[in-house]
Amino acid sequence: MVYLTRKAEFSASHYYHNPDFTPEENQRMFGKCNNPNGHGHNYTLEVTVKGNVNPRSGFVVDLKQLKEILHREVLDAMDHRFLNKEVPEFFNRIPTTENLAIAIWQRLAPKLTAAQLHRVRVYETPDLFVDFYGEA
Amino acid sequence: MKAHLTRRYMFSASHRLHSDAMSDNENAATYGKCNNPYGHGHNYALEVTVSGPVDQSTGMVCNLVDLDGFVEQEILQRFDHQNLNTLREFTESVPTTENLCTAIHDILQRGFKQAHLEKIRLEETMMNSFEYAGGKEMIL
Repeated sequence: MVYLTRKAEFSASHYYHNPDFTPEENQRMFGKCNNPNGHGHNYTLEVTVKGNVNPRSGFVVDLKQLKEILHREVLDAMDHRFLNKEVPEFFNRIPTTENLAIAIWQRLAPKLTAAQLHRVRVYETPDLFVDFYGEA
Repeated sequence: MKAHLTRRYMFSASHRLHSDAMSDNENAATYGKCNNPYGHGHNYALEVTVSGPVDQSTGMVCNLVDLDGFVEQEILQRFDHQNLNTLREFTESVPTTENLCTAIHDILQRGFKQAHLEKIRLEETMMNSFEYAGGKEMIL
């Protein structure tokens, strides 16, 4: 079994707000991330797949295919977007880095056939990242 | 849905690697330039990884304000700009980054209850780092 990681970057804006909370609760829980006008990050995404090395190609997965899937499913949908308003997963879910990692996993997992998705890592800043392994 | 969250912190400290159980020659052979009696310093980077279910109402594994507050109070204030050899954590052990790693893990394990501690990773320089998960095997 070999693990392969592909990296990509995208920039997006978001804000944290739960409509079930009072304005004071939202402010207390989310602080400056609660600003309804949003704020942005340069996200770094690392997608790790695993599989056996094909003896004929020497590949775990065709990197070109992986890149295309990544672009189509994630970057085209999220790069230079306001996550709360433009990405359907976040119409009713808070676009925290945790939920972003889960949404990206759910977009990619069904599209990857040659290799199995192992981990989605999303950096919100160089000092903060979330890993999701598809666990319930 | 279970997610893993990692936060990175910086602190600077000095240390000297020296064991009273060894002769001077043995210390010099084992620790090389790190045995310099005057000590030397590093900028350490600490990565704390916690895990847990993503809370439906907040979208979070745990509130970063809580994690930051704990690390600031219990770890950074204790170690930042200190000489590690003078701290009680290292009265009986050499302040290698391995031992610093387990000391920091113990502090988090004992005191931080808002999420499950998975592991910590400690960079001594850009060229070396250490990971500790309380003795457990780690996932990639």
